[in-house]
Amino acid sequence: MLRYTLGRLLSGVITVWFIATATFLAMHAVPGDPLMNEKATTPEIRQNLAKKYGLDRPLPEQYVIFLSNMAQGDFGLSFTQQNRRVNDIIRDHFPVSAALGVLAIAFAAAGGILWGALTALYRNRLPDVIIMFLVILGISVPSFVFAALGQLALVNLNQWSGTSILPVAGWGTLSHMLVPSLVLGLGTMALLTRLMRSSMLEVVNEDYIKTAKAKGLSAPRIFFKHQLRNAILPVITVLGPQIAAITTGGFVVELVFAIPGLGRYFVQAVQQLDYTVIMGTTVFYGAFLVLMVIIVDIIYGFIDPRVRLK
Amino acid sequence: MSLERPLTEADFSPAPGSAAAEQLTRPSLSFWQDAWRRLKSNTRAIISLYLIIGLAFFTLAGPLLWTQDPAAQDLDQISQAPALPKTARLVADYQPFAAPIVADHPSEPEDYPDELAAVAELSVLGAATTQSVKLTWAPVDQAGGYSIYRSERKPEGLLGLGLPLETVNAGNIVGFEDRLNLKSQPYYYSIVPTDGFDEFDVVTTIKVEPEQSITISQAVLQGLATPDDLPGQVIPLAFHPFGTDYLGRDILARLMQGARVSLFIGVVAPLIYVLFGVFYGGFAGYLGGKIDQILMRFADFVVALPFLLFMILFKIAFGIGPGESGVMPMLVALILLLWPATARLVRGQVLKIREQGYIEAARLLGGGSSYLILRHIIPNTMGVILVTLTFAVPSAIFTEAFLSFIGMGVAPPTPSWGSMCNEGVKTMLSHPHELFFPALFISITVLAFNLLGDGLTEALDSKMRTRDQ
Repeated sequence: MLRYTLGRLLSGVITVWFIATATFLAMHAVPGDPLMNEKATTPEIRQNLAKKYGLDRPLPEQYVIFLSNMAQGDFGLSFTQQNRRVNDIIRDHFPVSAALGVLAIAFAAAGGILWGALTALYRNRLPDVIIMFLVILGISVPSFVFAALGQLALVNLNQWSGTSILPVAGWGTLSHMLVPSLVLGLGTMALLTRLMRSSMLEVVNEDYIKTAKAKGLSAPRIFFKHQLRNAILPVITVLGPQIAAITTGGFVVELVFAIPGLGRYFVQAVQQLDYTVIMGTTVFYGAFLVLMVIIVDIIYGFIDPRVRLK
Repeated sequence: MSLERPLTEADFSPAPGSAAAEQLTRPSLSFWQDAWRRLKSNTRAIISLYLIIGLAFFTLAGPLLWTQDPAAQDLDQISQAPALPKTARLVADYQPFAAPIVADHPSEPEDYPDELAAVAELSVLGAATTQSVKLTWAPVDQAGGYSIYRSERKPEGLLGLGLPLETVNAGNIVGFEDRLNLKSQPYYYSIVPTDGFDEFDVVTTIKVEPEQSITISQAVLQGLATPDDLPGQVIPLAFHPFGTDYLGRDILARLMQGARVSLFIGVVAPLIYVLFGVFYGGFAGYLGGKIDQILMRFADFVVALPFLLFMILFKIAFGIGPGESGVMPMLVALILLLWPATARLVRGQVLKIREQGYIEAARLLGGGSSYLILRHIIPNTMGVILVTLTFAVPSAIFTEAFLSFIGMGVAPPTPSWGSMCNEGVKTMLSHPHELFFPALFISITVLAFNLLGDGLTEALDSKMRTRDQ
């Protein structure tokens, strides 16, 4: 177990190094540099600024300096936000994105498992048909449409009630998070519902369900203890990659609901070619995702005793 | 009864052979024929297939049938909702409006009045058109001026008067002309008298329905009329079945042009990266051993890259020159980031197939490597590849729409469904059709490919084969 975890962590570190290198190369392939839209009006000022940020050194040297700084957890100074360190930007804005993502995942997982189980229970009857129709809608409609509609619904709700039941945009309290995270989780919820349904229908034909019936167990007990528990396993497997999709998919929701998350800073940084912010956010996100996948795999080992972690 | 009976010669002659016994009662079906037969019985998949064919027709033949220029701006019909063809009355070119002045009325009150009467005899001067609405009223005793408001909804007393248009600072000027962005819909004009500084709590409201109109010089410029046409004539305006956007561009024409971007990326990118993934994964799977491990480790690294962050980064890195639409950088970025999924899948399939009995048999019979790959391994992975391809199209379309939506996609003025949604979302409350149509097209396309993918998965599933015969 320990050996497995360490091995996964080591390969995770290599992956992060690969992400960092790929980002570095792609970023420097962009024509221009961050000082282009700076106040570097004269060549002297430009030279001084380049020296301050270490841009006057050859590229391989910059790469080595960057890697050694990164290994110590220092992503450097932002080019465009005066005197703001990239670590501070991440510390201020990542928790916002993460909170949104976690709540969205919670919505998606709870909804997906619940709806999936329901559809399997009422197979080919009205609840199944209705839910599967909604699922197809959830898969086919882009997230920004949901975000726009969600905001529209909020506006109408507040107008109808006369007071502000739920805020339309912004960040701060739990009530700000509810609708954005629901919108963010909808696509994943639809995917998980489909997966849960087919997994439930597969499990129902297994021998151990017949055995349980033959033993004379009650229907609810079979449903919850045998069918549901076994059907959840494939859903947990895809949760890892879905966490990645949701955290980055937060861009749109952050944009529409004016949430100060990390996504917006990344888009801004790419547009202004803010080297350090680009590097910092990409490497941080990459490391976060790699870690998430490892954690999900380890949790999987606990839930399903058949999986031996080697 | 005895079971014994004497045997005769006839008992040992061969039974009469019948040719019918050797015949196959059902036609023999190849794997693909069988899959096609099963797909045809899946109504949803077939409807999706027709939808996809319809979309292809819409994209390729649409612009030939609907020849409106997607970039042309129809300034008379900005943000028009979908409607039947509209007509407009020709009016003479603009003449400066001289507000009527009542000569024998004082322009300023003698003293600051405590109360003012409401404006009386409020009426429309001349014909109300979308080019200009002229109002006039009777002067109010002791008034020092008037404030004019316009609203699209009926005001309730002094509430909801709407947009303040102008304040006249003389009690004897009793006319006003409104030319501000008028549409052919009812408006409520309200006049509030003032003492020259403050408004009083009395209001007079009039409902005006301007007629759609166009000046002659504009109509000539747009080719809708000739200079000989006279004011008062009714001419048809350009027809926009799906309405227009915030710049007055025809949404149907833009959807057709946008389809070329969205579907091009949605179909070509998956085709290329699935093909590349097939070769990469097939190669790795067939060779096996050390090379396989190195190739697949590299694919794992690429999978770990945060997709959207790199999509944006690559798109910028490949650069957009002036006048380019940015479709190519997006295509390349998609291909660079998405091939490993197919490679992994194909490698797994190849590893599985390599161990199958029929491969051994073919090798025993003297089949070479290229024969084995071309004749046996690739055809047997074809089903999985086809399904992957079908599901890859919606995700590519989503990615394009998503990037265009956050403003990192195709550069304006090239429309794509995503960038049209991005523009439509800004005017969602007042003009929902600008968001609705592009979003609908994205949804229909994604839905069709998803359902077709589901159908193909079922049809190509070998476990399903012969089950329902």
